[in-house]
Amino acid sequence: MLKNRIIPCLDVKDGRVVKGINFVELKDAGDPVEQAKIYSDSGADEICFLDITASNENRETIIDIVRKTAKECFVPLTVGGGVRTIQNITDLLLAGADKVSINTAAVKNVDFVKEASKKFGSQCIVVAIDAKKVSDNKWEVFTHGGRNKTGIDVVKFAKKVEENGAGEILLTSMDKDGTKSGYDIDLLKTITNSTNIPVIASGGVGSLDHLYDGIVKGGASAVLAASIFHYGEYKIKDAKEYLNSKNVSVRL
Amino acid sequence: MNVTIVDYQSGNISSVINSFAEAAKGKVNLEVTSDINKIKSSDKIVLPGQGSFKSCVDSLNRISGLVDTLKEFSMTNKKPLLGICVGLQMFADVGYEEAETKGLGWIPGKVSKIDNQKGKFKLPHIGWNEIEIQKESKIFKDIKNKSHMYFVHSYEFIPEDKSVISATTDYSSKIVCSVEKDNLFGTQFHPEKSDKIGLKMIDNFLKL
Repeated sequence: MLKNRIIPCLDVKDGRVVKGINFVELKDAGDPVEQAKIYSDSGADEICFLDITASNENRETIIDIVRKTAKECFVPLTVGGGVRTIQNITDLLLAGADKVSINTAAVKNVDFVKEASKKFGSQCIVVAIDAKKVSDNKWEVFTHGGRNKTGIDVVKFAKKVEENGAGEILLTSMDKDGTKSGYDIDLLKTITNSTNIPVIASGGVGSLDHLYDGIVKGGASAVLAASIFHYGEYKIKDAKEYLNSKNVSVRL
Repeated sequence: MNVTIVDYQSGNISSVINSFAEAAKGKVNLEVTSDINKIKSSDKIVLPGQGSFKSCVDSLNRISGLVDTLKEFSMTNKKPLLGICVGLQMFADVGYEEAETKGLGWIPGKVSKIDNQKGKFKLPHIGWNEIEIQKESKIFKDIKNKSHMYFVHSYEFIPEDKSVISATTDYSSKIVCSVEKDNLFGTQFHPEKSDKIGLKMIDNFLKL
């Protein structure tokens, strides 16, 4: 039976982890390679790096981090943030990323998703969708970290990226992100029911129950979380044992 | 010992290189190349594969003499070869991804899309799934039945002779996820992404 995945996400800015894990055993709390290794050793099913570096000059640093991480972590590695061109994808994959996540560039031009999945295979193309609720059961796609409105309906867009070869959707609720009040379950349910590719739930996790809800109520294939793991509130192992105790199948 | 990972310019093989380098440390001389002479003089070959069946077969054919060299290595000289993902799928006679495409024809069978039961199962089949060992295979040494391996695929290999199947996995149906036929080994899952158990399997192959 296919297991539900738990994916810790590390935000990386100018080569350093922002909001990192605060474990005593860490030599350098800002080192993304060391943090990724801790996650992978503790049973993370995948690792996700989100590069939030603002300037273009420092974009090379993420490539270097991916290269080092890939030599030490032997679970899938997804990298997102600023992926705009085929060359960006090539660079990340050559450095050792297994998947890339495309956000703004997919909204601007869905043909980019098609071109990328044709060239590299759907298995490594994740489309990250940032959604904001506009009315009852209606969500709109936002870009630039939730700042820019696009007027695009999330359901329509999710179907469109699936048709264009996306292998997975990373769905973030901008309303819930950072609130620790749980995923937007209605949004998740709507998207998992209207697409046939796996959906990764993101935005809003504050407790282990929220992970359960994302999978069982929302229909997500994987759950992504940042802060509950970073601040050491829970370890990956705690999350897996909790889900397992509630009959959600995970890799133990 | 010389082990060659065949780099035929198809898809992302960085993870395969990293994991084999980790498992090979100090024991094995690892080459990543499409150089036919180097392949000929290797002791073992790894044939990765990402993207579609058609794109992988096309890429193999684009390198002059490569398919014949691989055939001679595995079918005539009977030296160990491990196919991973589409690398395994290409052992088949034919694949149906993108367009009907002739495979290498080393193990009779076909590669077709997984029956997702009218959308009941999401495709691609992505994530960790348990392998159910069907027969003893040298690459499963010290690997327990029901171990988790990492999968990402939408197509499955259906061999004619079921005795080649060394493991299956349960997703919509029993999907063939590992084969062993004489010196030929293949995994549908990605040992290079399957954490410590995956590294163990790679180590088993290197120690053959």
